[in-house]
Amino acid sequence: MKVLVPVKRVVDFNVKIRVKSDGSGVDLANVKMSINPFDEIATEEAVRLKEAGLVEEIIAVSVGPAQAQDVLRHALAMGADRAILIKTDEAVEPLDVARLLKGVIEAEQPRLVLLGKQAIDDDCNQTGQMLSALLGWSQATFASHISLSGDKAEVTREVDGGLQVIEVTLPSIVTVDLRLNEPRYASLPSIMKAKKKPIEEKAPADYGVAIRPRLTVIATEEPAARKAGIKLSDIGELVGKLKTEAAVL
Amino acid sequence: MSTLLLAEHDNAVLSEQTARALTAALQIGAEVDVLVIGKAAQAVAEAAAHLQGIRKVLLAQSDDLEHHLAEPASALLLSLASGYTNIVAAATTTGKSILPRVAALLDVMQVSEIIAVVAPDTFKRPIYAGNAVQTVQSSDNTRVITVRTAGFAPAPHGNAAAPIEDIGASPASGLSAFKENRFAVSERPELASARLVVSGGRALGSEQSFRDTILPLADRLGAAVGASRAAVDAGYAPNDWQVGQTGKIIAPDLYVACGISGAIQHLAGMKDAKVIVAINKDPDAPIFQVADYGLVGDLFELVPAFEQQLSL
Repeated sequence: MKVLVPVKRVVDFNVKIRVKSDGSGVDLANVKMSINPFDEIATEEAVRLKEAGLVEEIIAVSVGPAQAQDVLRHALAMGADRAILIKTDEAVEPLDVARLLKGVIEAEQPRLVLLGKQAIDDDCNQTGQMLSALLGWSQATFASHISLSGDKAEVTREVDGGLQVIEVTLPSIVTVDLRLNEPRYASLPSIMKAKKKPIEEKAPADYGVAIRPRLTVIATEEPAARKAGIKLSDIGELVGKLKTEAAVL
Repeated sequence: MSTLLLAEHDNAVLSEQTARALTAALQIGAEVDVLVIGKAAQAVAEAAAHLQGIRKVLLAQSDDLEHHLAEPASALLLSLASGYTNIVAAATTTGKSILPRVAALLDVMQVSEIIAVVAPDTFKRPIYAGNAVQTVQSSDNTRVITVRTAGFAPAPHGNAAAPIEDIGASPASGLSAFKENRFAVSERPELASARLVVSGGRALGSEQSFRDTILPLADRLGAAVGASRAAVDAGYAPNDWQVGQTGKIIAPDLYVACGISGAIQHLAGMKDAKVIVAINKDPDAPIFQVADYGLVGDLFELVPAFEQQLSL
């Protein structure tokens, strides 16, 4: 079976982002970009399913500018077989990403789509669910364990109260959470090999999708800064402050 | 103009998250109906009916809706959507699973995890794990919104009860099936919603010393236990304790960071705590820039002393 792994290029999680002084957005110039960490976990899971003999082919797909090739190469180095870049320089909202991915799925016919629960830039947490709804497929969000058998997948989900196990009928959309696995480091030979793997370039129009943002960003601002705290000399003073001044104990 | 608010509950008790999301829903300005979906959830509907400010409660019950599986729940919401301008839920794992499906089928963009209502179509929401705040205006006719409930006080419960209307349920989807819940049976509160959190970092040095040092203080406080990514990566603490951009994002009343330097990734997860205490031997650690109270010193002396001081 084929598995599709959508991956997003985002600001690396270790970078301290800077809000532009005119409030027009976050400064992305000369900032280190990486694969969205949750999408990396999704890629790892797809590779493990292939290594277990449950998956024949892994297709990585990204929507974004030419540089999004980098995150596709990362997925290829981890073990994806080929990649598709839907190239656009526009900002694409989750609903349009879902519409584009629907187009890829209709062309490629995967039985399973694995993707991160959210991107760490816009923190929307909706692309997978939207895609599942548009296709009329089953969904399992926040996956921390996946086991496939026949036309079913048993997925353990990280929900607010703990874990929940559900069974979904394939084809299905599974969004992955942090605990699903630990992504491998791509070795130098696999990085070299990934350079030879194909990346097919497409445009939104190839899937009949016109990018149409629905949300207007009016302002982007720094969150209210915390006021500078004080250093205390001993524990007795701390407990006193917590009891009286802060009143949290 | 009216708003449909999806209730959060476990079929027995209405979650406080609903009362908080109601505060946000009321700020949008339209009349609010609360939708309770579940099974044997009459008591939940009655509790919801006492939330002040609502017009009525809609109750939909079936075997299929018992566990709030996304496919039947979103189908039900969709069948009601034409009567509402706003569809709102708390940004819980349930709300986050169900609402984007509704948005996609209505062909609208969901506004995720709002922290403030600026105008009926304009909201503030955090991006980059709270390191920036965006003000967004929706151009859609129906607005689908999830609410980050920490930013809103719970709406009060009153004596007067709004009417409850039984609306039946939509047919089963057959796409997914509930198997089991494995809810944590821990003496400690759950990290994501705990009022008090004690966290440890790489400075703890080993799993054993993490447990020996952090757990007694947490248990004395009745706090949940957290850890930095570095501590989790080093194997000192399990993954589900991780606080940070790629771990849990929390906003407790008190966060005690022990031996945590305060990398950006970690700060993103905890800087919305009301009060932050940092215990670290490095006086220049970035954690002190966000901590309300800092103690510079050896955590292996200070943390046990903290615990002892509390038992006095």
